[in-house]
Amino acid sequence: MNPEIAIEMRDITKTFGNVVANNKVCLDVYRGEILALLGENGSGKTTLMNMLSGIYYPDSGQIFIDGKEVTIRSPKDAIELGIGMVHQHFKLVDNLTAAENIILGLKGKGRLNRKKVAEEVLEISRKYGFDINPNKKIYDMSVSEKQTVEIIKVLYRGANILILDEPTAVLTVQETEKLFDILRAMKKDGKAIIIITHKLNEVLALSDRVTVLRKGETVGTVLTRDATVMSLTEMMVGRAVSLNIERPEPVNPQPRLIVNKISCVNKDGVKVLDNVSFIAYSGEILGIAGISGSGQKELLESIAGLVPLSPGSSITYYPEGPDKPVELVGKRPLEIRKLGVALSFVPEDRLGMGLVGSMDLADNMMLRSYAEDRFFTNRKGPRHLAEEVVRQLHVVTPSVSTPVSRLSGGNVQKVLVGREISLAPKVLMTAYAVRGLDINTSYTIYGLLNEQKKNGVAVIYVGEDLDVLLQLCDRILVLCSGRVNGILDARTATREEIGLRMTGAKGGEHHE
Amino acid sequence: MNILNFFIASVLSACPLLFGTLGETLTERSGNLNLGVEGMMFMGGIAGLAGSYYYETLSENPVVWVSVVIAIVCSFLCAAFGALIYSVLTITFRANQNVTGLALTIFGTGFGNFFGELLSNSAGGYAAVGNATKVAFNAPISATLASSSVVGKLLFSYNFLVYIALALALFLTYFINHTRTGLNLWAVGERHAAADAAGINVTRYKYLATCIGGGITGLGGMYIVMNSASGVGGVWVHNCISGYGWLSVALVIFAMWHPSRAIFASFVFGALSVARFYFPVSFLPDAIYEVVPYIATIVVLISVSMRSRRRLQPPASLGLAYFREER
Amino acid sequence: MSNTRHDVHEPLVRIAKRGEMAAWKMWIIRIAAIFLALLTGAVIILLLGHNPVAVYIDMVTGSLATKTSRVASMKIFIPLLGAAIAIAPAFRMRFWNIGAEGQILAGAIAATYFALFQYRNLARPVLLIVMFLAAAVAGGVWALIPAAFKARFDTNETLFTLMLNYVAVGIVKYLRMGPWRSPTSAGFPKIDMFDQSARLPLLFGVNIGWVLVLVLAVLMYVYIRYTKQGYELTVVGESVNTAKYAGMSVGRIIVRTAFLSGAIAGIVGFLIVSGSAYTLSDTTSGGYGFTAITVAWLAKLNPIVMIIITAFLAILTKGANTIQTNFKIPASASSVLIGLILFFMLGCEFFINFRLIFRKGKKHEVARL
Repeated sequence: MNPEIAIEMRDITKTFGNVVANNKVCLDVYRGEILALLGENGSGKTTLMNMLSGIYYPDSGQIFIDGKEVTIRSPKDAIELGIGMVHQHFKLVDNLTAAENIILGLKGKGRLNRKKVAEEVLEISRKYGFDINPNKKIYDMSVSEKQTVEIIKVLYRGANILILDEPTAVLTVQETEKLFDILRAMKKDGKAIIIITHKLNEVLALSDRVTVLRKGETVGTVLTRDATVMSLTEMMVGRAVSLNIERPEPVNPQPRLIVNKISCVNKDGVKVLDNVSFIAYSGEILGIAGISGSGQKELLESIAGLVPLSPGSSITYYPEGPDKPVELVGKRPLEIRKLGVALSFVPEDRLGMGLVGSMDLADNMMLRSYAEDRFFTNRKGPRHLAEEVVRQLHVVTPSVSTPVSRLSGGNVQKVLVGREISLAPKVLMTAYAVRGLDINTSYTIYGLLNEQKKNGVAVIYVGEDLDVLLQLCDRILVLCSGRVNGILDARTATREEIGLRMTGAKGGEHHE
Repeated sequence: MNILNFFIASVLSACPLLFGTLGETLTERSGNLNLGVEGMMFMGGIAGLAGSYYYETLSENPVVWVSVVIAIVCSFLCAAFGALIYSVLTITFRANQNVTGLALTIFGTGFGNFFGELLSNSAGGYAAVGNATKVAFNAPISATLASSSVVGKLLFSYNFLVYIALALALFLTYFINHTRTGLNLWAVGERHAAADAAGINVTRYKYLATCIGGGITGLGGMYIVMNSASGVGGVWVHNCISGYGWLSVALVIFAMWHPSRAIFASFVFGALSVARFYFPVSFLPDAIYEVVPYIATIVVLISVSMRSRRRLQPPASLGLAYFREER
Repeated sequence: MSNTRHDVHEPLVRIAKRGEMAAWKMWIIRIAAIFLALLTGAVIILLLGHNPVAVYIDMVTGSLATKTSRVASMKIFIPLLGAAIAIAPAFRMRFWNIGAEGQILAGAIAATYFALFQYRNLARPVLLIVMFLAAAVAGGVWALIPAAFKARFDTNETLFTLMLNYVAVGIVKYLRMGPWRSPTSAGFPKIDMFDQSARLPLLFGVNIGWVLVLVLAVLMYVYIRYTKQGYELTVVGESVNTAKYAGMSVGRIIVRTAFLSGAIAGIVGFLIVSGSAYTLSDTTSGGYGFTAITVAWLAKLNPIVMIIITAFLAILTKGANTIQTNFKIPASASSVLIGLILFFMLGCEFFINFRLIFRKGKKHEVARL
């Protein structure tokens, strides 16, 4: 078979303000091939693909589709060229049905025939083995259903070049396998497929070739069959790294936080936490695994005193030493702090909850200290703390008077984690603490968490990468639709088991 | 008979609100919250009057229907021009929608009063359209049918603009629910990035919806100026729009962004604003009775906010600017 | 499918985000925007058949040349600056209080009550202080109502505060025609003029309200920048979620800030009735509540900068009255001009935040096979 070249990108450069996201990047893809685009967070993978899908416009460089030079000025141009992209953050309209989302923006005359569209959608589903209800609204769908809609949307438009950005980030092990089967079927169909990822085992399992980006530049392209985990890591990070996360043994673990039968109903009346019970011990990292939206957010927020819980819920904090236990349910965050409960919380939404993007570092430090002020604010202390965090965690910033929204994702997270650790917590909760961070920063964060653990802090770590959870944590609590579906010993548990428990395919009984 | 007259008066006074609500609904469906309706109504009002007046003054033998058409076209275009300013600032220049809308209200109010007074001054203190034109804007669409029976009176007692407004409401309902373009517009208002990724030209949709929507609200302004139910009729009155634009913005919420419900919503408010002429309440002074529609608006705002069902939510992207290369 | 596509070129203009811009450059852009707005105004004046330079000069001299005109300008300056200061904390909290008009009236009504019915019972300083306090409370309450609903149900405050303007006008009308109607007013019903003791004393020929608003401007600046409450309302404005995360009681902050905003507007109402109008009427609020939004926004919500902007707009407004007499240009010209200035100022922010990239002249090589 004579492979046909589908895409060629040559010397693509793209800058945002002063940041060079892509610098003379080159890439090619053949028909009937799956190319893995590998690189760390922030290495410019998504930026590069966004230029193929028309979201960004390159500063310079050339793009050839089927050997012809093209100019892609908008997503519409990309669609007309047969390019379809499934974005990491799905671009679907929540209030519309699957079918409506799929035909969005397509030409058509006269009255909209929703029935006919639904039939066409079902036809594509049958061809590739999808399972979808075209009349279901997006807001009623699970993450994997939404992803299916995105893929069908791309296929419906007749795309023969498919780009998938981190498609497995939100899927369970089992759902990932199913997706890979579908991608292989498409490859057989002669489509060119690019999959963006930073997970090496998936690269090795699925792709034909791998192109590696590092800091916005092409490192090289290799055949997957010649590659190993070690060789790819080296290409990706630029040096040999040990991928092992340190896991010290817990020293003298004591119950610090006892969560007993907590339940929570959200605004739409859905039960998001259902009878959740567990104990967090000092000197231990408790991992929380689950499909996104299984109640992780509500669990942490309820411990922080941010969401009201149903009657009968109880969260008890057991301080070190002779002090009496403190009941946290029904108290506001400031009351909890006044009772001497040293609770720190690194929320998922860093700039929308943990920090104020438009405020500078010093003012952001104040979020945790302003409450002690009387009428006028004390700005000296927070300023000093900001300088301290910058120095100790090597935050890259022009000054402590720079708005945090101007910092890169990794530095934003360092500011947030630094502030929370500075409170000398006894319980430290983190949600997706390394999402979007490069490997170096991720390891810095793991190091900080381990340091807290050694200091006797009870760390609660909500994560999405099962490998990290298995390596970093002491125990892993699996959440499934707001219920605890097993608490496992991280030293003996397997990815598969956690995956099955996340979907509820296994478990149901509690074990401790 | 009193009830019947009340009904008719309600419809007549609801009509400008319906235009305003429909125009703003279309605008908000694209994700643009244009608080400049009041200003655009002023612009549409004065442009309609001026167009008609100058045509009649300059032409040897003014023809009534030409004068009417000129008024409609002028008011639509002038208000759409106001919306265009808003669009350039918020869509292309990504300015804050709230403040831009307020600026448009300040500008449009000044614009209307400024040219209104200028027009009056130029005519020696009083500029009015011809009597025939005034009649065209006020007379029932069919006098014979309107006087034939109660049903006839109920159905045919209104000037032609009322029927245009109703037809427009029905057309917009069909457009939003049953056409691809309407679906695309919906998607634009719900999520700019999703619509863009699906190949919809977000900028074009927003510009068109906002400008056409603005033009429609302008017709409401012209109605207020031309119709004697809400003023002298056919002559400029200082500050004549007096809050109808703002009521329309509130009615969009009441109608839950649905053009068909706008008919009912604006009728209720039309009724409230004329009720004091038909149902005087002895203990309620006129000055207080006059503000009942505004108090009703507050009640509506509160009751809408107390329910939080998904179907009653505004377009999700309402008030947000879109920049594709945002990171 | 794509054989027609090789002639598609790079877009003519592209937009990209800019890095940080030097402060002096920003101000140059903003001043240029005001200049362009005045230029656009000049074109309109020209089209009306007047000499724009003469008209603009007349506006300035008409508002500053004589003592009487300066006093008249100050009478615009005082309530306008006061209303802008009132709006500042609310807008900073992203609480779109466009009901300053109504809050001014509420304050004016409360002050008028004491001026009309209690002036005999109270010594002048006490009377004035009571009027001041009553106005502050009434204005505050008028703003507190929508804020309470905003805090509890997230009710749309923009429209709520606005609708309360009309309600306040209705109440004034009712009082004017009913209970407070002056027995001596024949024909058009009016409210009595205030007794001398209910009028503010003068300082340098202008009622002492000008001292008060200047002090308020400084206090507000300090309040927003250096106090705990100022910090809280800023955080709430930026992100309600962050505020909750930091343990702030968002509802209380919203209600408190709105009350403060309304109270200052209420004081403005007191300053108008007691300082310049000496009576209450439907038009007491005089549109200051709306123009103040412009002032607040142009000043980037900085109370000190507001002093300059207010002075500028006061000259514009007073000048518009002058040109109405001298050139027969309707006084509404000031609204048109203010609107234009706002448009240009809003638009110019774009050039501060973004830069334009024009297509380079490079020749595109066509399909390479």
